[in-house]
Amino acid sequence: MIEKFNLENISLAVGVLVILIGLWGLLTQKNLIKIVIGFALFDTGIHIVMVSIGYIKERTAPILDEAIDVTNASNIIVDPIPQALVLTAIVIGLGITALMLSYVLRMYHKKKSLEINHYKDLKW
Amino acid sequence: MVKDSFIILVLIGVAFILANLFAGFTGNIDLSAVANHYAENGPEEVGSANLVTAVVVTYRGLDTLGEVTILFLSAAIVGFFLKVENKDHKNRELKYTSEILNTASQILVPIMLLFGAYVFINGHLSPGGGFQGGAIIASGLVLMFLAQPKKAIGHKLINIVESISGVSFVLLGVAGILFASGFLDNKILSLGRFGTLFSAGLIPIIYIFVGLKVGSELTGIGLSLRENQDEA
Repeated sequence: MIEKFNLENISLAVGVLVILIGLWGLLTQKNLIKIVIGFALFDTGIHIVMVSIGYIKERTAPILDEAIDVTNASNIIVDPIPQALVLTAIVIGLGITALMLSYVLRMYHKKKSLEINHYKDLKW
Repeated sequence: MVKDSFIILVLIGVAFILANLFAGFTGNIDLSAVANHYAENGPEEVGSANLVTAVVVTYRGLDTLGEVTILFLSAAIVGFFLKVENKDHKNRELKYTSEILNTASQILVPIMLLFGAYVFINGHLSPGGGFQGGAIIASGLVLMFLAQPKKAIGHKLINIVESISGVSFVLLGVAGILFASGFLDNKILSLGRFGTLFSAGLIPIIYIFVGLKVGSELTGIGLSLRENQDEA
Protein backbone atom coordinates (compact mmCIF):
# COMPACT_ATOMS: atom_id res chain seq x y z
CA MET A 1 0.00 0.00 0.00
CA ILE A 2 2.90 2.32 0.71
CA GLU A 3 3.86 2.52 -2.97
CA LYS A 4 0.46 4.09 -3.64
CA PHE A 5 1.57 7.27 -1.83
CA ASN A 6 3.04 9.13 -4.77
CA LEU A 7 1.88 12.18 -6.69
CA GLU A 8 -0.15 10.56 -9.45
CA ASN A 9 -1.96 8.18 -7.09
CA ILE A 10 -2.81 10.90 -4.59
CA SER A 11 -4.18 13.20 -7.27
CA LEU A 12 -6.13 10.31 -8.80
CA ALA A 13 -7.60 9.50 -5.38
CA VAL A 14 -8.55 13.15 -4.85
CA GLY A 15 -10.19 13.23 -8.28
CA VAL A 16 -12.16 10.06 -7.53
CA LEU A 17 -13.30 11.50 -4.19
CA VAL A 18 -14.40 14.76 -5.79
CA ILE A 19 -16.37 12.81 -8.42
CA LEU A 20 -18.14 10.84 -5.69
CA ILE A 21 -18.93 13.96 -3.65
CA GLY A 22 -20.33 15.63 -6.76
CA LEU A 23 -22.45 12.60 -7.60
CA TRP A 24 -23.72 12.44 -4.02
CA GLY A 25 -24.69 16.11 -4.17
CA LEU A 26 -26.36 15.61 -7.54
CA LEU A 27 -28.49 12.73 -6.22
CA THR A 28 -29.39 13.83 -2.70
CA GLN A 29 -29.68 17.62 -2.64
CA LYS A 30 -33.09 19.25 -2.98
CA ASN A 31 -31.94 22.80 -3.67
CA LEU A 32 -31.48 23.51 -7.38
CA ILE A 33 -28.34 25.61 -6.89
CA LYS A 34 -26.78 22.86 -4.77
CA ILE A 35 -27.51 20.40 -7.58
CA VAL A 36 -25.66 22.69 -9.99
CA ILE A 37 -22.75 22.82 -7.53
CA GLY A 38 -22.76 19.01 -7.41
CA PHE A 39 -22.59 18.92 -11.19
CA ALA A 40 -19.65 21.35 -11.22
CA LEU A 41 -17.83 19.21 -8.61
CA PHE A 42 -18.39 16.09 -10.71
CA ASP A 43 -16.89 17.96 -13.67
CA THR A 44 -13.85 19.09 -11.68
CA GLY A 45 -13.24 15.57 -10.39
CA ILE A 46 -13.17 14.21 -13.93
CA HIS A 47 -10.64 16.90 -14.89
CA ILE A 48 -8.36 15.95 -11.98
CA VAL A 49 -8.56 12.27 -12.93
CA MET A 50 -7.72 13.01 -16.57
CA VAL A 51 -4.71 15.17 -15.73
CA SER A 52 -3.34 12.65 -13.25
CA ILE A 53 -3.65 9.83 -15.79
CA GLY A 54 -1.55 11.88 -18.22
CA TYR A 55 1.17 12.44 -15.62
CA ILE A 56 4.46 10.59 -15.99
CA LYS A 57 6.78 10.09 -13.05
CA GLU A 58 9.58 12.63 -12.62
CA ARG A 59 8.85 14.51 -15.82
CA THR A 60 8.13 18.17 -16.42
CA ALA A 61 5.45 20.30 -18.09
CA PRO A 62 5.19 20.09 -21.89
CA ILE A 63 6.68 23.53 -22.48
CA LEU A 64 9.95 23.51 -24.38
CA ASP A 65 11.92 26.42 -22.93
CA GLU A 66 15.64 26.76 -22.24
CA ALA A 67 15.49 24.18 -19.45
CA ILE A 68 14.53 21.40 -21.85
CA ASP A 69 16.60 19.84 -24.59
CA VAL A 70 14.29 20.01 -27.63
CA THR A 71 15.88 17.01 -29.36
CA ASN A 72 15.25 14.82 -26.33
CA ALA A 73 11.85 16.29 -25.44
CA SER A 74 9.90 13.04 -25.66
CA ASN A 75 11.85 11.65 -22.71
CA ILE A 76 11.45 14.72 -20.49
CA ILE A 77 7.87 15.95 -20.73
CA VAL A 78 4.52 14.60 -19.58
CA ASP A 79 1.68 13.81 -21.97
CA PRO A 80 0.30 17.09 -23.44
CA ILE A 81 -2.91 15.57 -24.84
CA PRO A 82 -4.91 15.10 -21.59
CA GLN A 83 -3.92 18.62 -20.60
CA ALA A 84 -5.20 20.04 -23.89
CA LEU A 85 -8.39 18.02 -23.47
CA VAL A 86 -8.91 19.27 -19.91
CA LEU A 87 -8.25 22.86 -21.02
CA THR A 88 -11.12 22.39 -23.47
CA ALA A 89 -13.32 20.66 -20.90
CA ILE A 90 -12.89 23.37 -18.24
CA VAL A 91 -14.18 26.08 -20.56
CA ILE A 92 -17.12 23.98 -21.70
CA GLY A 93 -17.87 23.10 -18.06
CA LEU A 94 -17.95 26.79 -17.21
CA GLY A 95 -20.37 27.48 -20.08
CA ILE A 96 -22.64 24.60 -19.05
CA THR A 97 -22.63 25.72 -15.41
CA ALA A 98 -23.64 29.24 -16.45
CA LEU A 99 -26.37 27.74 -18.62
CA MET A 100 -27.75 25.65 -15.76
CA LEU A 101 -27.68 28.63 -13.40
CA SER A 102 -29.65 30.68 -15.91
CA TYR A 103 -32.25 27.88 -16.12
CA VAL A 104 -32.42 27.91 -12.31
CA LEU A 105 -32.94 31.69 -12.31
CA ARG A 106 -35.70 31.34 -14.88
CA MET A 107 -37.42 28.60 -12.90
CA TYR A 108 -37.17 30.70 -9.76
CA HIS A 109 -38.89 33.59 -11.52
CA LYS A 110 -41.72 31.27 -12.48
CA LYS A 111 -42.48 29.64 -9.14
CA LYS A 112 -40.42 31.59 -6.56
CA SER A 113 -38.96 28.37 -5.24
CA LEU A 114 -35.61 26.59 -5.46
CA GLU A 115 -36.93 23.33 -4.04
CA ILE A 116 -36.79 20.55 -6.65
CA ASN A 117 -39.86 18.86 -5.12
CA HIS A 118 -41.98 21.82 -6.16
CA TYR A 119 -41.34 21.16 -9.85
CA LYS A 120 -43.47 18.17 -10.82
CA ASP A 121 -43.93 18.84 -14.52
CA LEU A 122 -41.57 16.08 -15.60
CA LYS A 123 -42.42 13.64 -12.84
CA TRP A 124 -44.18 10.45 -13.76
CA MET B 1 -36.86 4.48 1.94
CA VAL B 2 -36.57 2.83 -1.47
CA LYS B 3 -35.34 6.03 -3.10
CA ASP B 4 -32.47 6.45 -0.63
CA SER B 5 -31.35 2.87 -1.09
CA PHE B 6 -31.26 3.41 -4.86
CA ILE B 7 -29.04 6.45 -4.35
CA ILE B 8 -26.73 4.46 -2.09
CA LEU B 9 -26.61 1.65 -4.66
CA VAL B 10 -25.68 4.06 -7.45
CA LEU B 11 -22.98 5.66 -5.32
CA ILE B 12 -21.52 2.27 -4.34
CA GLY B 13 -21.57 1.14 -7.97
CA VAL B 14 -19.73 4.24 -9.20
CA ALA B 15 -17.32 4.01 -6.27
CA PHE B 16 -16.63 0.39 -7.22
CA ILE B 17 -15.88 1.33 -10.84
CA LEU B 18 -13.59 4.18 -9.77
CA ALA B 19 -11.88 2.00 -7.14
CA ASN B 20 -11.04 -0.49 -9.87
CA LEU B 21 -9.60 2.35 -11.95
CA PHE B 22 -7.54 3.43 -8.96
CA ALA B 23 -6.34 -0.07 -8.09
CA GLY B 24 -5.31 -0.86 -11.66
CA PHE B 25 -3.49 2.42 -12.17
CA THR B 26 0.25 2.02 -12.05
CA GLY B 27 1.36 5.34 -13.48
CA ASN B 28 2.66 5.92 -16.97
CA ILE B 29 6.26 5.31 -17.92
CA ASP B 30 6.24 6.46 -21.54
CA LEU B 31 4.35 8.84 -23.78
CA SER B 32 1.70 7.36 -26.02
CA ALA B 33 2.53 7.13 -29.73
CA VAL B 34 0.55 10.26 -30.64
CA ALA B 35 2.07 12.28 -27.79
CA ASN B 36 5.50 11.03 -28.82
CA HIS B 37 4.92 12.35 -32.34
CA TYR B 38 3.84 15.72 -30.94
CA ALA B 39 6.88 15.91 -28.67
CA GLU B 40 9.38 14.98 -31.39
CA ASN B 41 7.94 16.81 -34.39
CA GLY B 42 6.00 19.60 -32.71
CA PRO B 43 8.87 22.11 -32.65
CA GLU B 44 9.55 21.74 -36.41
CA GLU B 45 5.97 21.27 -37.57
CA VAL B 46 4.25 23.92 -35.48
CA GLY B 47 7.04 25.93 -33.87
CA SER B 48 5.20 26.44 -30.60
CA ALA B 49 7.24 26.11 -27.42
CA ASN B 50 4.13 25.24 -25.43
CA LEU B 51 3.11 21.83 -26.75
CA VAL B 52 -0.35 22.05 -25.17
CA THR B 53 -0.94 25.13 -27.32
CA ALA B 54 0.36 23.25 -30.36
CA VAL B 55 -2.17 20.49 -29.71
CA VAL B 56 -5.05 22.85 -28.93
CA VAL B 57 -4.60 25.36 -31.75
CA THR B 58 -3.05 23.41 -34.60
CA TYR B 59 -3.11 19.62 -34.28
CA ARG B 60 -6.65 19.61 -32.84
CA GLY B 61 -7.64 23.08 -34.02
CA LEU B 62 -10.99 21.87 -35.33
CA ASP B 63 -11.91 20.68 -31.82
CA THR B 64 -11.08 24.11 -30.48
CA LEU B 65 -13.37 25.66 -33.08
CA GLY B 66 -16.11 23.30 -31.91
CA GLU B 67 -15.42 24.24 -28.31
CA VAL B 68 -15.63 27.94 -29.08
CA THR B 69 -18.92 27.22 -30.84
CA ILE B 70 -20.29 25.43 -27.77
CA LEU B 71 -19.24 28.35 -25.58
CA PHE B 72 -20.90 30.75 -28.00
CA LEU B 73 -24.08 28.67 -27.96
CA SER B 74 -24.24 28.55 -24.19
CA ALA B 75 -23.60 32.31 -23.97
CA ALA B 76 -26.33 32.90 -26.56
CA ILE B 77 -28.82 30.69 -24.70
CA VAL B 78 -28.01 32.40 -21.40
CA GLY B 79 -28.63 35.75 -23.08
CA PHE B 80 -31.88 34.46 -24.55
CA PHE B 81 -33.20 33.02 -21.29
CA LEU B 82 -32.23 35.98 -19.16
CA LYS B 83 -33.47 38.65 -21.51
CA VAL B 84 -34.78 41.58 -19.49
CA GLU B 85 -38.29 42.15 -20.77
CA ASN B 86 -39.14 45.21 -18.76
CA LYS B 87 -36.28 47.66 -18.72
CA ASP B 88 -38.18 50.20 -16.59
CA HIS B 89 -37.96 47.97 -13.52
CA LYS B 90 -34.67 49.50 -12.55
CA ASN B 91 -35.68 50.67 -9.10
CA ARG B 92 -34.07 47.80 -7.22
CA GLU B 93 -32.61 48.79 -3.88
CA LEU B 94 -28.87 48.37 -4.05
CA LYS B 95 -26.50 48.47 -1.15
CA TYR B 96 -23.58 50.81 -1.50
CA THR B 97 -20.43 48.95 -2.40
CA SER B 98 -17.69 49.33 0.14
CA GLU B 99 -14.87 51.82 -0.25
CA ILE B 100 -12.35 48.98 -0.27
CA LEU B 101 -14.02 47.20 -3.18
CA ASN B 102 -14.42 50.43 -5.14
CA THR B 103 -10.83 51.59 -4.74
CA ALA B 104 -9.33 48.14 -5.22
CA SER B 105 -11.32 47.55 -8.38
CA GLN B 106 -10.10 50.83 -9.87
CA ILE B 107 -6.52 49.70 -9.36
CA LEU B 108 -7.00 46.01 -10.15
CA VAL B 109 -9.25 46.04 -13.21
CA PRO B 110 -6.73 47.63 -15.64
CA ILE B 111 -3.99 45.35 -14.34
CA MET B 112 -6.20 42.29 -14.78
CA LEU B 113 -7.07 43.31 -18.34
CA LEU B 114 -3.39 43.81 -19.13
CA PHE B 115 -2.45 40.49 -17.55
CA GLY B 116 -5.18 38.72 -19.52
CA ALA B 117 -3.82 40.18 -22.76
CA TYR B 118 -0.30 39.14 -21.74
CA VAL B 119 -1.45 35.59 -21.05
CA PHE B 120 -3.12 35.11 -24.42
CA ILE B 121 -0.41 36.81 -26.48
CA ASN B 122 2.24 34.57 -24.86
CA GLY B 123 0.12 31.43 -25.14
CA HIS B 124 2.62 29.71 -27.43
CA LEU B 125 5.59 30.35 -25.13
CA SER B 126 4.41 30.02 -21.55
CA PRO B 127 1.56 28.38 -19.64
CA GLY B 128 -1.60 30.10 -20.74
CA GLY B 129 -3.45 30.86 -23.91
CA GLY B 130 -6.64 32.25 -25.30
CA PHE B 131 -9.06 30.54 -22.92
CA GLN B 132 -7.12 31.37 -19.78
CA GLY B 133 -6.47 34.96 -20.88
CA GLY B 134 -10.09 35.40 -21.84
CA ALA B 135 -11.20 34.11 -18.45
CA ILE B 136 -8.84 36.55 -16.70
CA ILE B 137 -10.21 39.47 -18.73
CA ALA B 138 -13.79 38.40 -17.99
CA SER B 139 -13.08 38.14 -14.27
CA GLY B 140 -11.62 41.65 -14.32
CA LEU B 141 -14.75 42.99 -15.97
CA VAL B 142 -17.00 41.07 -13.57
CA LEU B 143 -15.07 42.71 -10.70
CA MET B 144 -15.92 46.05 -12.30
CA PHE B 145 -19.61 45.09 -12.45
CA LEU B 146 -19.52 44.16 -8.76
CA ALA B 147 -17.89 47.42 -7.77
CA GLN B 148 -20.31 49.58 -9.77
CA PRO B 149 -23.69 47.85 -9.66
CA LYS B 150 -25.62 50.92 -10.84
CA LYS B 151 -23.57 51.53 -13.94
CA ALA B 152 -25.42 50.54 -17.11
CA ILE B 153 -23.29 48.67 -19.61
CA GLY B 154 -24.57 47.84 -23.06
CA HIS B 155 -24.23 44.49 -24.75
CA LYS B 156 -23.45 46.09 -28.08
CA LEU B 157 -19.66 46.42 -27.83
CA ILE B 158 -19.35 42.93 -26.35
CA ASN B 159 -21.40 41.46 -29.19
CA ILE B 160 -19.34 43.28 -31.82
CA VAL B 161 -16.01 42.09 -30.38
CA GLU B 162 -17.33 38.55 -30.07
CA SER B 163 -18.67 38.39 -33.64
CA ILE B 164 -15.57 39.90 -35.22
CA SER B 165 -13.19 37.59 -33.40
CA GLY B 166 -15.30 34.51 -34.12
CA VAL B 167 -15.52 35.30 -37.83
CA SER B 168 -11.77 36.06 -37.96
CA PHE B 169 -10.99 32.69 -36.35
CA VAL B 170 -12.94 30.84 -39.04
CA LEU B 171 -11.52 33.02 -41.87
CA LEU B 172 -7.96 32.36 -40.67
CA GLY B 173 -8.78 28.66 -40.69
CA VAL B 174 -10.08 28.88 -44.25
CA ALA B 175 -6.97 30.85 -45.25
CA GLY B 176 -5.02 27.82 -44.07
CA ILE B 177 -6.77 25.74 -46.77
CA LEU B 178 -5.97 28.31 -49.47
CA PHE B 179 -2.39 29.23 -48.62
CA ALA B 180 -1.08 26.26 -46.63
CA SER B 181 -1.83 22.57 -46.32
CA GLY B 182 -5.17 22.49 -44.51
CA PHE B 183 -7.84 24.02 -42.31
CA LEU B 184 -6.28 26.02 -39.43
CA ASP B 185 -2.73 25.30 -40.63
CA ASN B 186 -0.45 27.83 -38.95
CA LYS B 187 2.22 28.00 -41.67
CA ILE B 188 0.62 30.92 -43.52
CA LEU B 189 3.14 33.12 -41.73
CA SER B 190 6.72 31.95 -41.35
CA LEU B 191 7.37 29.94 -38.22
CA GLY B 192 10.07 32.35 -37.07
CA ARG B 193 12.76 31.58 -34.53
CA PHE B 194 11.64 28.93 -32.04
CA GLY B 195 10.81 30.33 -28.61
CA THR B 196 10.40 34.01 -29.50
CA LEU B 197 7.21 36.09 -29.40
CA PHE B 198 6.92 36.32 -33.19
CA SER B 199 7.07 32.60 -33.82
CA ALA B 200 4.74 29.66 -34.37
CA GLY B 201 3.15 31.24 -37.43
CA LEU B 202 -0.54 31.89 -36.96
CA ILE B 203 -0.88 30.58 -33.38
CA PRO B 204 -0.50 33.92 -31.53
CA ILE B 205 -2.99 35.59 -33.86
CA ILE B 206 -5.54 32.81 -33.49
CA TYR B 207 -5.07 32.86 -29.74
CA ILE B 208 -5.63 36.63 -29.63
CA PHE B 209 -8.99 36.14 -31.35
CA VAL B 210 -9.86 33.19 -29.12
CA GLY B 211 -8.96 35.24 -26.05
CA LEU B 212 -11.11 38.17 -27.15
CA LYS B 213 -13.98 35.86 -27.99
CA VAL B 214 -13.86 33.92 -24.72
CA GLY B 215 -13.43 37.13 -22.72
CA SER B 216 -16.39 38.83 -24.37
CA GLU B 217 -18.59 35.73 -24.09
CA LEU B 218 -17.92 35.23 -20.40
CA THR B 219 -18.41 38.95 -19.78
CA GLY B 220 -21.71 38.73 -21.66
CA ILE B 221 -22.82 35.82 -19.45
CA GLY B 222 -21.90 37.79 -16.32
CA LEU B 223 -23.70 40.84 -17.62
CA SER B 224 -26.86 38.87 -18.43
CA LEU B 225 -26.87 37.33 -14.97
CA ARG B 226 -26.43 40.75 -13.39
CA GLU B 227 -29.16 42.43 -15.40
CA ASN B 228 -31.58 39.67 -14.68
CA GLN B 229 -31.29 40.25 -10.94
CA ASP B 230 -33.03 43.59 -11.40
CA GLU B 231 -36.18 41.74 -12.30
CA ALA B 232 -36.34 39.36 -9.39
